[in-house]
Amino acid sequence: MGDVLTVNPVVPAEGENGEALPYQPRRMVLNMGPQHPSTHGVLRLKLELDGETVLKAEPDIGYLHTGIEKEFESKTWQQAVTLTDRIDYLSNLANNFCYALAVERLLGIEIPPMAQWMRVMLVELSRLNSHLVWLGTHSLDIGAMSTFLYCMREREEILKIFEMFSGQRMMTSYIRIGGLALEPPRGWHARISKFIRTFPSKVDEYEDLLTNNRIWIGRTRGVGVMTVEDMLELGVTGPMLRAGGLKYDNRKENPHSSYEVFDFEIPTQTASDVYARYQVRVEEMRQSARIVSQALAGMPGGAWKADAPHVVLPDRDKMKTEMEALIYHFKIVTEGFRVPEGEVYQIVESPRGELGYYIVSDGTSKPYRVFVHGPSFGNLQATNCMVQGTMLADVIASIGSMDFVLGDSDR
Amino acid sequence: MLPESLQSYEDAASLAAALPLSIVTGKHAFGELTLEIESDQIVSALRHGKTTGKYMRLSSITAVDRYPAEPRFEVVYHLHSISRNVRLRLKSRLSGTNPEIDSATAVYLSANWYEREVFDLFGINFRNHPDLRRIMMPEDWEGHPLRKDYPKTGQRV
Repeated sequence: MGDVLTVNPVVPAEGENGEALPYQPRRMVLNMGPQHPSTHGVLRLKLELDGETVLKAEPDIGYLHTGIEKEFESKTWQQAVTLTDRIDYLSNLANNFCYALAVERLLGIEIPPMAQWMRVMLVELSRLNSHLVWLGTHSLDIGAMSTFLYCMREREEILKIFEMFSGQRMMTSYIRIGGLALEPPRGWHARISKFIRTFPSKVDEYEDLLTNNRIWIGRTRGVGVMTVEDMLELGVTGPMLRAGGLKYDNRKENPHSSYEVFDFEIPTQTASDVYARYQVRVEEMRQSARIVSQALAGMPGGAWKADAPHVVLPDRDKMKTEMEALIYHFKIVTEGFRVPEGEVYQIVESPRGELGYYIVSDGTSKPYRVFVHGPSFGNLQATNCMVQGTMLADVIASIGSMDFVLGDSDR
Repeated sequence: MLPESLQSYEDAASLAAALPLSIVTGKHAFGELTLEIESDQIVSALRHGKTTGKYMRLSSITAVDRYPAEPRFEVVYHLHSISRNVRLRLKSRLSGTNPEIDSATAVYLSANWYEREVFDLFGINFRNHPDLRRIMMPEDWEGHPLRKDYPKTGQRV
């Protein structure tokens, strides 16, 4: 499990004359991570234990700090999209999406309906991707190995869809400022339809394995409980908050990019334990599949990038026949475009919770400051509140239910 | 002083009434309300937002380095009210020499890590913070990487 750092001397249970002494906690500090498999990346926990009871858990983050926010300041606005992929590597499209929305607000450009719908569809597929990885690894931590294999099977299909769209399985950079990176590939509709038609039955398969599984219930019900008040105070967002009964989802509350036209439910639970978080996320997968189906059925036609020649690269044939297009192409490629001075804080609902991009522009062709508020950062702060007083083995289940990505919190 | 154009915003008006000397200026742009607060009043302003404005959540704290302008740093607080579904941005400007501001942990517990991050990456000191140490960089790191005068590449000499 890790290295034992310090052990206090054993306190004798009996005094010199054989009388029973009051129980004294035997405090032990245990290091867990940063290379521990169930910390999903490089989270380090400093656990203070009394026997198997956790007295205090102190998360130590920063092992995956790569200076992405500094890097933003030396890239042009459009180049910086590639950095957003690398922040939360399980929901890259949500990060592309949030960054693009923020810069588009500063630029004041309108995105055509087809691109908006396509974005929503891909972001929901990326939510499925993220939840599948979460469900697979979380159940693997608790001991249900077959779910992992089932989840990876569907995830592979989603990654192939991403590859079809962008040429990349994970670092897609497909949502760009001003629309999409490329025209949607030939045959995308049939490919996604085929996947989404069978997906709800696959979710049933996962539920068959877990929902009524006695071991699963025993390991998750009543574990890692937090009240909504504590979660709000500690900065927890997303499915964890909804598992506590607070019905708040930015897709519904602050609709952006045509989310208002889609019909979907926000699942909630009230138990606020690991099992409730599992129920919420599984139901979210079904709702995301519903959104994708609606997007497939009603996908509007038309342009896939905005009519903003100073921001969006011109079509290839136009560039070779029209002088204005050639000039814009040259300007965009050599120095990028300028974004008017100002600041925005754009929020989207990432699979993990509230994802925010605070972007400050000084009117040049590079961002002045980009701050990424990753949901994992806020969620991880609540670790101690969630595991204090529980058993050491429940720490694994509790931190697994947070669904953090260290790239998202460390940046 | 609160600009005349912001009097119609409930949060701005209520803060201006409760703490008249705290507001330096403000603006409403891109659909977001920003109020600039005197740096010594920031905790009172946050507390007012939490109690009167029902801003139960602190969404984030970050900073912007305006080097070489003076006052150099802006500390930015994003508040979020779930019940009213509104957001508010508060800002304080700090000088480049010995930047210091009161910690918001007395009002919002979640400020803890955000302030540690700002301390680590910008070198801004938060008074009365319960556990102010580096969070991203190694503990023995020198310098504060997100400052504008901190180079992106190069050898340490």
